[in-house]
Amino acid sequence: MSEPLVQVRGLTVSFMGGPSPIRAVNGVDLELRAGETYALLGESGSGKSVTLRALMRLNPEKKTRVEGSIRVDGQDVMALNRKQLQQFRGKTLSMVFQEPALALDPVYTLGQQIAEAVAIHEGVSHAEGRKRALELFERVRIPSPERRLDAYPHEMSGGMRQRAMIALALSCRPQVLLADEPTTALDATVQIQILLLLRELQRELGLAVIFVTHDIGVAVEVADRIAVMYAGRIVETGAVRDIIRNPSHPYTIGLLRSRAHGALQKGARLETIPGSPPDLANLPAGCPFAPRCRYAIDQCQTVTPEPVAVRDGQIVRCLRVGELEAV
Amino acid sequence: MSAAAPLDRGGPAQPLLTVRGLVKHFAVKGSLFGAKAMVRAVDGVDFEILKGETLGVVGESGCGKSTTARLLMHLIEPDAGTLIFDGETVGDGGLTMREFRRQVQMVFQDSYASLNPRLTVEASIAFGPQVHGVQARQAVDRAHGLLDRVGLDPSRFAGRYPHELSGGQRQRVNIARALALQPRLLILDEAVSALDKSVEAQVLNLLLDLKEEFGLTYLFISHDLNVVRFMSDRVAVMYLGKMAEIGPAGAVFDKAAHPYSAALTRSMPSMDPDHRTEEAPIAGDPPNPINPPTGCRFHTRCTFAESVCSTRVPALDPVGPEGGPSHLAACLMHEPGSGHSKAEAS
Amino acid sequence: MALLRFGADAMPSAIESSEGYWASVWRRLRRDKVAMIAGAVVLALILMAVFAPYIVPADPFSGRMLRRLRPIGTEGYPLGSDELGRDMLSRLIYGARMSLLMGVTPVIIAFGLGSTLGIVAGYLGGWFNTIAMRTIDIFYAFPSVLLAVALSGALGAGLTNALVSLSVVFIPPIARVAESVTTQVRNRDYVEAARASGAPGFTIVRVHVLGNVLGPIFVYATSLISVSMILASGLSFLGLGVRPPEPEWGLMLNTLRTAIYTQPWVAALPGAMIFITSISFNLLSDGLRSAMDVKQ
Repeated sequence: MSEPLVQVRGLTVSFMGGPSPIRAVNGVDLELRAGETYALLGESGSGKSVTLRALMRLNPEKKTRVEGSIRVDGQDVMALNRKQLQQFRGKTLSMVFQEPALALDPVYTLGQQIAEAVAIHEGVSHAEGRKRALELFERVRIPSPERRLDAYPHEMSGGMRQRAMIALALSCRPQVLLADEPTTALDATVQIQILLLLRELQRELGLAVIFVTHDIGVAVEVADRIAVMYAGRIVETGAVRDIIRNPSHPYTIGLLRSRAHGALQKGARLETIPGSPPDLANLPAGCPFAPRCRYAIDQCQTVTPEPVAVRDGQIVRCLRVGELEAV
Repeated sequence: MSAAAPLDRGGPAQPLLTVRGLVKHFAVKGSLFGAKAMVRAVDGVDFEILKGETLGVVGESGCGKSTTARLLMHLIEPDAGTLIFDGETVGDGGLTMREFRRQVQMVFQDSYASLNPRLTVEASIAFGPQVHGVQARQAVDRAHGLLDRVGLDPSRFAGRYPHELSGGQRQRVNIARALALQPRLLILDEAVSALDKSVEAQVLNLLLDLKEEFGLTYLFISHDLNVVRFMSDRVAVMYLGKMAEIGPAGAVFDKAAHPYSAALTRSMPSMDPDHRTEEAPIAGDPPNPINPPTGCRFHTRCTFAESVCSTRVPALDPVGPEGGPSHLAACLMHEPGSGHSKAEAS
Repeated sequence: MALLRFGADAMPSAIESSEGYWASVWRRLRRDKVAMIAGAVVLALILMAVFAPYIVPADPFSGRMLRRLRPIGTEGYPLGSDELGRDMLSRLIYGARMSLLMGVTPVIIAFGLGSTLGIVAGYLGGWFNTIAMRTIDIFYAFPSVLLAVALSGALGAGLTNALVSLSVVFIPPIARVAESVTTQVRNRDYVEAARASGAPGFTIVRVHVLGNVLGPIFVYATSLISVSMILASGLSFLGLGVRPPEPEWGLMLNTLRTAIYTQPWVAALPGAMIFITSISFNLLSDGLRSAMDVKQ
């Protein structure tokens, strides 16, 4: 097999400046092949968004300490200089944000913004850029695209804005699309439209997608593989089917069982994970999930679990994974 | 709880809260010379909350579910509408607003914004009872009892400030604060939506326990259909300031009578990697509540829409014999003689 | 209702009590070196003003014409002498009394009146707010210097009138800030929750609004102290505020301006004092502002 398109090894990200550093990402390894969709699933503070931003070096450089290696399409991302980084962002990797209203410039029309991006990155004329923008608007299924190109972001509804944001992200034909909770702020009937659009674009353009979300249901709709993050580590990763049907890390098991769904008996109680996520400025020794884990043993408090393969492609960081599989 | 629970006046058959013709329009600034535009946030809503039930309210942004909650609490003044609480009209010489507010309390979505950052947890909880004449000492005792009840050890948490708590802990405090007045109806406006999933489940369980223990009635507002289905006995579906459908939870989710409810249900992620959603149930975004569509407000996005739908406003009527008298929907397809091809001729 | 007490002291039996709000503000302020230095300078200036009679090396009111405009470092005149041969050091120390008085008093008066007006307007909203705020906008239309000069001129020269006119100048900006902060707080969910509990408006303002708005208004007001000092100096400079021979930095700057070519360093000293004092007040209020941000 060829080299993966995205390869991250031992990524750690800490935010300095406070009384003690906030350890947002603590050793993340991930690989992504061309045309694959990968979901990073986790709660707030799990490090999923910080990981995504690290791929594009979007975390504030002065306050952040980043270690580990990130290679995208053969380039060492950590070694890029400013000029190369500009080319890299947008052309190799590009990003869709949760709040398109904040990510789009309010004083330019959407057509201007996309044409500008195309003109700068590809060195073509603005007219050429606008033609490209129109194509993209058709591609992301914006109705009456010609007219919408001359609209300002605030004149569009949330769903249309997110489509425009995706068009902008695709404007320079990136190989990898990073999506940071792109449907969280949207209504349910609009969310499913955007998810289907992303799936379609991914298939037709052969994009690799990393999709950050806190919602397992959304991850199942878009992803080929899921990585479950907790306290800055990937605690379990595998194909969507395996994660949903044979979750092996106690945290994944707990998340799936605590979901409210229609099949539950009226008046029944949900199975819960006790406690709350750890303080990233003051992480416990050993497995960070141990204080909340019903299967924790003494060893979990001291030993940091190493990744173990439980099934083809399903990797879990848990000391007791062998025993739990048997249960 | 020392004080006796408030009297159940009308008996179990009397709805706890009856809402009739609730209307709220907000003026928005139009252009300099243009006419003032109106956001028709809540546009004639009727429903009942039965004693001891959980009524779920679902709908998308702009449907008016949160505005309805605030109108019920009179945090914003309704333009029109009547509230009848356990048989007594609220205001107009009936139940006073002050007494009504003691019996109906609310938990907000943003756990941080809903606590005064300068008050300790116990002071926030004790505030309500003190306002209603409970001595400071007893109010604090009550606060400690409630903290204990919502799973926060009073000896550790009573003296803390909101910013020293996690989101889940703060929402527990908000629940304790709402319960401090010993209300009969609790309005939960997206009360678990901002919480992490693992914490959300804990709070949902707590709400179920408290409901049993104190004999509460819930109005549970959320955009998360899974959670609403888990919590609710009956569900109301709102669309652009109107009630689209209301009925038993199972009926609304599995045998939706209104095309919008059906589309909303089918928009939920499938959770099955082998049967992913292949087609979006409806296209487009919810329209702007300024100048909403005429006739049935859903007709612009509805796959069954016919020309009559853009002119005739559907009434909220029983769906038919199979749905039972408690299952209502506002759709011309269910209105005999409406002129829609799928409706029975009258 | 009179029994309602909400201070920390009224709350019995908090077993594990967290540090109070002001304790945490102080803890954060202490870590801010710039603010602490500025605070020390302000404290030193206040002490200097209070104990001026005991620390001045010479009489600030009597001078010898023969020893006018001596340079800095002259024997017996460590900071030189002014145009009437009076000791500059003593006059600068004495000047702190008037200058601080002129800087602080109008701000305190305006803080009291302006924040009351702003909080009431902000909490009530509606027509009262519209009338109050539009009236304030009229005052806003005039540049503050012009307004101060015009009012002082109309009231007549003199210390009291200068203080009154400066107070009037600062009421509109403080009321504006108070109104906008209160409007924000009024729409917070915790105020809504308090309304939902059936609490009367006055109780809500006292318990939930005041504590959350006074801090930001106070910080804004402290930043006006330096403006007030400079305006007061300006009034004195124009002969509308403090009268000679009373030492006041603005007035001293005025009387020394003829000496700017002969003894520029001496002539600049009162200006330097105004600068140091106002920048210290500004840095201190900046530090207070960030220390009062709870979410740190």
